[in-house]
Amino acid sequence: MRLRLVPKETNWDFFSRPFLWLGISGALMVAAMVSFFVVGLNLGIDFTGGTTIRTESQQEVVVSDYRDALATLELGDVTIVEVNDPLFDANQHVAQIKIQAQEGEEAVTADLIRKAEEALKTVAPDITFVSVESVGPKVSGELIQTAIIAVALAIGAVLIYIWLRFEWQFALGAVAALVHDVVLTIGVFSELQIKFDLAIIAALLTIVGYSLNDTVVVFDRVRENLRKYKKMDLKEVMNLSINETLSRTVMTSVTTLLALISLFVLGGDVIRGFVFAMIWGVIVGTYSSIFIASAVLLKLGVKRDWSKPDNTSGNQFANVDA
Amino acid sequence: MLQIDGWKRVLILLTCVVGLLLALPNAFYPRVEAHNDAVADLEAGFSGNGLEELAAGWPSWMPSSLVNLGLDLRGGAHLLAEVQVEDVYETRIKAMWPEVRDLLREERATIGTIRLQPSPVDELRVKISKPEAIQEAATLVRGLARPVVSLTGAGATDIQVSTDGDVIVVRLSDAEKLATDERTVQQALEIVRRRIDEVGTREPTIQRQGSDRILIQVPGIGSASELKDIIGTTAQLTFNPVVGRGSNPDASAGAGNEILPSLDEEGLYYTIESAPVVTGEDLVDAQPSFDQNGRPAVSFRFNASGARKFGDYTADNIGSPFAITLDGEVVSAPVIQSHIPGGSGIITGRFTVEETTNLAVLLRAGALPAGLEFLEERTIGPELGQDSIEAGRIACIVAFVAVLVFMFLSYGTFGLFANIALVINVGLIFGLLSLIGATLTLPGIAGIVLTIGMAVDANVLVFERIREELKTSKGPARAIDLGYEKALSAILDANITTFITAVILFAVGSGPVRGFAITLGLGIMTSVFTAIFVTRLMIVIWFERRRPKKLEV
Repeated sequence: MRLRLVPKETNWDFFSRPFLWLGISGALMVAAMVSFFVVGLNLGIDFTGGTTIRTESQQEVVVSDYRDALATLELGDVTIVEVNDPLFDANQHVAQIKIQAQEGEEAVTADLIRKAEEALKTVAPDITFVSVESVGPKVSGELIQTAIIAVALAIGAVLIYIWLRFEWQFALGAVAALVHDVVLTIGVFSELQIKFDLAIIAALLTIVGYSLNDTVVVFDRVRENLRKYKKMDLKEVMNLSINETLSRTVMTSVTTLLALISLFVLGGDVIRGFVFAMIWGVIVGTYSSIFIASAVLLKLGVKRDWSKPDNTSGNQFANVDA
Repeated sequence: MLQIDGWKRVLILLTCVVGLLLALPNAFYPRVEAHNDAVADLEAGFSGNGLEELAAGWPSWMPSSLVNLGLDLRGGAHLLAEVQVEDVYETRIKAMWPEVRDLLREERATIGTIRLQPSPVDELRVKISKPEAIQEAATLVRGLARPVVSLTGAGATDIQVSTDGDVIVVRLSDAEKLATDERTVQQALEIVRRRIDEVGTREPTIQRQGSDRILIQVPGIGSASELKDIIGTTAQLTFNPVVGRGSNPDASAGAGNEILPSLDEEGLYYTIESAPVVTGEDLVDAQPSFDQNGRPAVSFRFNASGARKFGDYTADNIGSPFAITLDGEVVSAPVIQSHIPGGSGIITGRFTVEETTNLAVLLRAGALPAGLEFLEERTIGPELGQDSIEAGRIACIVAFVAVLVFMFLSYGTFGLFANIALVINVGLIFGLLSLIGATLTLPGIAGIVLTIGMAVDANVLVFERIREELKTSKGPARAIDLGYEKALSAILDANITTFITAVILFAVGSGPVRGFAITLGLGIMTSVFTAIFVTRLMIVIWFERRRPKKLEV
C-alpha cells in the first residue's frame, strides 16, 4: 500500500476564482509593504554596522543588570536580549547584546569591545563571550548594496532563462511569483522582527530558486500540453497541467519541509531565522507557482498557433533538447 | 527500450565509487586530521612525539582531503582589513625631495635658491627665488619622471610636474597611483601571510578582496584582537639623517623634516629629515643578537643597493648622528664613527631579549607598506562551533531518515532506489567539497539539508511520470523509458534555474552566503546526476533481473 498525499486522479478547478487568489495575494503584499515601511526590518549588524556580543554564563541573565553595567560606557543604542532555546543545557544562559555603530567611526573599535567585555564581567564573573562580531559602517553599506544587487540579478537572470526556453508570458508569470514570494517574506520578517542579516539574503535567494523550480515544472507541463491539445481552451490546459503535476508538487514540498523542519527544531538558535525564512518560502513558493505564476500566465495568454514561426516571441531555444 | 551500455554502467559506478572514496575521510575526521598534521610535520623535518604513529592512523593510499570547517563551526577569528593605500603616496612623494633638491642645486645660477614649502601630503611644493626661470626648473624636474611599469599605465610617467607662480608642484600621476596601489596591496597581503605563518596556525585563509581589501580568517585563534596584534604591527624601519635634538615636541621642524620621540628616553625628541637614507625594505636579514656590552640588540644586513646607499652615506657623514626609527619612534641615534661598507649593522636600544626576538621577526617579515584599517572583525568561540556542528549533524541525520522513510512509503521499491541514490548524493557532495577544498559553514550545512529535501525532486518527477505513463496502459518497460524521457526537460529546466541562483549567490555573496551557495550548487549537480543516471541504472538492473509484468510505483 502506497502513501498518497494527493488522490490518484484530481480534477480540481484552480482558476474558478482567479480574482479571489490574486486579490488575497495582492492584499498580503500591500500589508507586507506597509509593515516594511512602517515597522521596518530588524536589521542585523551586517547591514547597520555595530557590534554584537553573544555571552554565555552559568547564572541567569538579568537584562537590567547587563544594561546597567554597559550604561556607564555611553555606547548609545544598546539592545540586550536573552536567548532561550530548548536545546540549551539547564545552566546555560545566553544573551545577545547589540551595540550600535559608534558615531564618526569608519572602522571597528576594538577598544569599545574590550571595555564592554570588562563591564559585563563585573556583573557575571564567569561570563564567556562565545562570539563577538563587529562590522564597520563602511562595509555594512556595501553589504546592503550587494545584497540588493544579488536578488535583482538572480531574478533578472531567471527571467532571461525562462524567456529563452519558454515564452515571455511564462517569464513574466514566473517573475511575478518570485516578486510575490520575496515581498511576502520580507513582510513576515518585518512583522515578526526576526533578525535580518546576510544569511537571510541567502535564504531569500533560495526561496527564489525553489519557487522557480516549482513554477518551471508546472510551466513545462503546460508547454507540453499546449502542443498536445491544440484545440483545448488555455484555461483547461492549465488546469489539466496543474492537476497532473500536483502530486509531484506536493511530494517535493513535503520532503523539503521535512528536512527543513528537522533543521528548524534541531539546528540550534543561530540559524533558526534563516531556516524559518526557507520554510516560509517553500510554502509560499508552492502556493505562488499555482496561484500567481499560472494565474498571470492565464491572464496574459499564450500564442497557440505554432504553424507560423514568430521571430519576436523569443522561443528559439524552446526545442533545444538540453 | 531499457538499455544502458556496459561502458556507461561502468562509468556511472566508477563516478560513485570515486566520489564516495573522496568523501570517506570526513567520516573519520579527527583521525584523518591528525594524520594530515603529522604528515606535514614529518615532511617539515620534525619527528618523535608519536608523529609516526599518528601518521599511520590513516592509510596513506587513501584520499586524505577533508572538508574545511568554517570559522562558525570550529571557532576562530575573521578580519576584513582595508589597506590604506594613500599612505604610500606620502612616502613616495617625500622621498622625491632629496632628488629634486640635488638636481636643482646644481642650477642655482639660473633658478636661484630653492626652498621646500609646506604642502599637502600627496604633493611636493618647491619654491625658487627666481620666478622667471620657473619653466626651466619644471623641465629639469620633469626629467626625473620614470615610465610607469604596469599594464594599464603603459606610456604614462610616474610623476606630474606643474607650476604655480614661483612654486614647482610635483604629484604622483594617476597611472602611478594605480600601479602603486596594486603593489601596496600585494605587498601587504604577502606580509600579512608571512606574519601569520610565522605564528604557525593551521589553515589560515588570507585572500585579497576587491581592489584594496584583505580577508583574513584564522581558525582556532582565541580572538580577533589577538589576530590583530599579530598582523597589526607596522614595523616600519627607516634610517634617517638627524638634524637636531631637543625636548619640545611642538617645535617647528622645518620643511622636509619631522620631529619624532625617542623610544627609550622620555622627553627627548629628535628632528630628522623625513626622507630616509635606507628603509627596512632593503633589509635581507635580521637576527636577535647582543652588542659589545652584552645588551640585547638586533643585527641586520642590507641588500646590495641598500648596502651601497648606506655605505655612501656613512662615508660622507662621519661624525654626524644617524637615527634608526621604528614606527615613528627613534630607536637610537648613534654617531657615525666610520664608513660602514659591508651593509650590515646592529640596532641597540633598551630592549629585552624577547623584544629583540620579536623585532627581528617583524623586520624579517618586512614592513607593512601601509596601515590597515579593520572594517569587520568576528570572533567565534570554539564552544559555539562545537554546538553548531553537533546541532547540524543531528538535524542532517533526522532530515535524512525522515525523507528516506517518506520516500519508501510513497514509492516502495522505487523509493528505495531513490533512497540509495540520496545516500550516494550526500556522499558525492562531501566528496566534491573535499576535492575542491571548499569550506563548510553553518549555512552550508543548511544548504545540504535543503538539498536532501530537494534532491528527491528529480526522482519524484520521474516516478510520477512513470505512474502517468502506466495509466495509458503501456508495458512497464515502455513506461519507465517514457517516464525518464519526458521528465528530463522539466528536471533540467527546474534545476538549471536553481543553479543560476546558486551561481549568482556565489559570485555576489560573501561569507555565509557563499558557503550556502557552494553546497546548494554542488547539491544540484550531484542530485541531477544521481537522479538521471544512478537511479536509472538501479531500475534497469532490477528490471533486467525481475522482468515484472506489472509495475507498482
